[in-house]
Amino acid sequence: MISQKKIIEVKNLVKKYDDLTAVNDISFDVYEGEIFGLLGPNGAGKTTTLEIMETLREQTSGEVLVDGLSVTTQKNQVKKIIGVQLQQSGFYPNLTLFELIKLFAGLYNIETDAMEVLELVGLKEKAKAIYKTLSGGQKQRFAVATTIINKPKIVFLDEPTTGLDPQARRNLWELIQNIRDTGSTVVLTTHYMDEAEKLCDRVGIVDSGKIIQLDTPGNLIDNLLAKGFTREEKLKHASLEDVFIHLTGKDLRDE
Amino acid sequence: MNKHEMNKQELNNVHNYSQFKATLSITKASLRSIVRNPSSIIFTLLFPLIFIVVFGFIGSGGSARFDVGFYSTSNNNNQLFHSLITVENFNVVQDLTDGELDSRLEKGEVDAIFKITKNPQGILPEYVLEIKTNKAKPEKSSLIRLITGQVISNFNISLVKEQPPVAVIKQTDVEGRLFKTIDFILPGQLGFSILSAGVFGTAFVFISLRENLVIKRFFATPINRNNIVLGEALSRLIFSISGSVIIIGIGHFLFGFTLVNGFWTFLNMLAVSALGLVVFLGIGFLVSNIAKNINTVPPIANLVTLPQFLLAGTFFSIDVFPSWLQPVSRAMPLTYLNDALRKIAFDGATIFTLPKELLILTVWGVVIYFFAIKFFKWE
Repeated sequence: MISQKKIIEVKNLVKKYDDLTAVNDISFDVYEGEIFGLLGPNGAGKTTTLEIMETLREQTSGEVLVDGLSVTTQKNQVKKIIGVQLQQSGFYPNLTLFELIKLFAGLYNIETDAMEVLELVGLKEKAKAIYKTLSGGQKQRFAVATTIINKPKIVFLDEPTTGLDPQARRNLWELIQNIRDTGSTVVLTTHYMDEAEKLCDRVGIVDSGKIIQLDTPGNLIDNLLAKGFTREEKLKHASLEDVFIHLTGKDLRDE
Repeated sequence: MNKHEMNKQELNNVHNYSQFKATLSITKASLRSIVRNPSSIIFTLLFPLIFIVVFGFIGSGGSARFDVGFYSTSNNNNQLFHSLITVENFNVVQDLTDGELDSRLEKGEVDAIFKITKNPQGILPEYVLEIKTNKAKPEKSSLIRLITGQVISNFNISLVKEQPPVAVIKQTDVEGRLFKTIDFILPGQLGFSILSAGVFGTAFVFISLRENLVIKRFFATPINRNNIVLGEALSRLIFSISGSVIIIGIGHFLFGFTLVNGFWTFLNMLAVSALGLVVFLGIGFLVSNIAKNINTVPPIANLVTLPQFLLAGTFFSIDVFPSWLQPVSRAMPLTYLNDALRKIAFDGATIFTLPKELLILTVWGVVIYFFAIKFFKWE
């Protein structure tokens, strides 16, 4: 299902802040049409890596090619083919969601049906609402909506589900899968293992500025098991979250 | 593949990217946001209008009347004396001794005492007019000075006319014009409105856009950084000039603010307002750049605006300040904006006859933008 065409190539990426090395010689490729996850604890260098790929930060050394374009020398061309959701970004104050979508369409120089975009993320009824008044899940869905306005080749999502309740998370996973199904490649960061396992086609595990493993979630688990790993507890066939979702249902609660 | 070709075509379409269009979408969004923000309306429109109403009514029902006297030593046998006593704003008190005049001036019962001296034949200027006013009443003093200044300049023009005509000066007839308090108050309030729109409206908004990563999110789109600032500046220019139109309009139609040369005066006031706003926008950007966070904006912004509000001739001409304070006033950019606006409104000056004021404002602009750019912070 996933092509082997490289859409992003990260080569020997290094980012140093004064005496801190946030990204320490990272290399990996992202294939067209996949959901690629950078998995790691806070401070591992996920966001820094992502922001260099998004042209928002300059690397100390190394290179990133996005659809063959250099993020250092062809920034503006890269920006036209990507969509970006920042970890905590706000949006222009006092504007409705509808007006914000129109604003971003203007920034990309495209005509867009703002209602259609809002409908895709389930916020059509909130078209006249102000961003600040949205719930956490709605805010994240809106942030995702702003990433797809320009029909990007690649969508970058930085911890899209952090702070959301289980229902909102599942809803966002569906949305992310829909975005991939319409032809965009998705690169996301997360520190939730279940999210990486269920959502991502491949994950790179990042720690202390390095990628320590990169494979499909299934292979990563198989490799570990092959080394003779067993869980200390006897494996149950359901998790507490399964119980929670089973009891409270999948419907969104944030309205 | 088909899909690939389609993507390629989309890429070609966005290739003709127009920074101008993108800038305008920022301007549009920013304008909407400003109009929906109550504090911008309050500072730019409501406060100035309240001051106009309050001062307009306090100042003896719209038109300023002053009791003036002449010292017994005054040489009154000339055209200058005649010009002064025919000013509608002046009510000449008579039959008082010099001592009585002085004591009434001190008590505030007389607003000004004049003394005209005629120089011996051949020595120029032919006449010297001395004016004594009460320092405790600065708003009256400054009006009287402005009015007498106008009388003298008209008098000079009329003298030139009596010479054999080397060139003919066609004088706009301002004789008998009634100088109103609002003619003096409104330009200062306009200056204040522009200052607060430029500084407060920009510093707060820009720092919050930065802190909430709104600007960072914009960076992920193809718009150039400078165009983001340009878009923001443009929206403030539009908003503030609309505010000026409203203030002048209300002043003119409701309170009888005099537009000496009609629409031309109005246009000149707007042009100078625009220049002033551009300068003060620079201060706003500078404040947002040197402030560490949004909480440090108010003290810094107030430090910049409050002294100007008080000392730059918003309420009365800086001529009435003590001489040690005047250099401070003369150093402030708002002083020159207020001066320029007042000269346009009061004397019928135009942007072409105010080189000093406009030059100093421009120099301030250059200095401010130099530092604003130097300290500019995007994140």
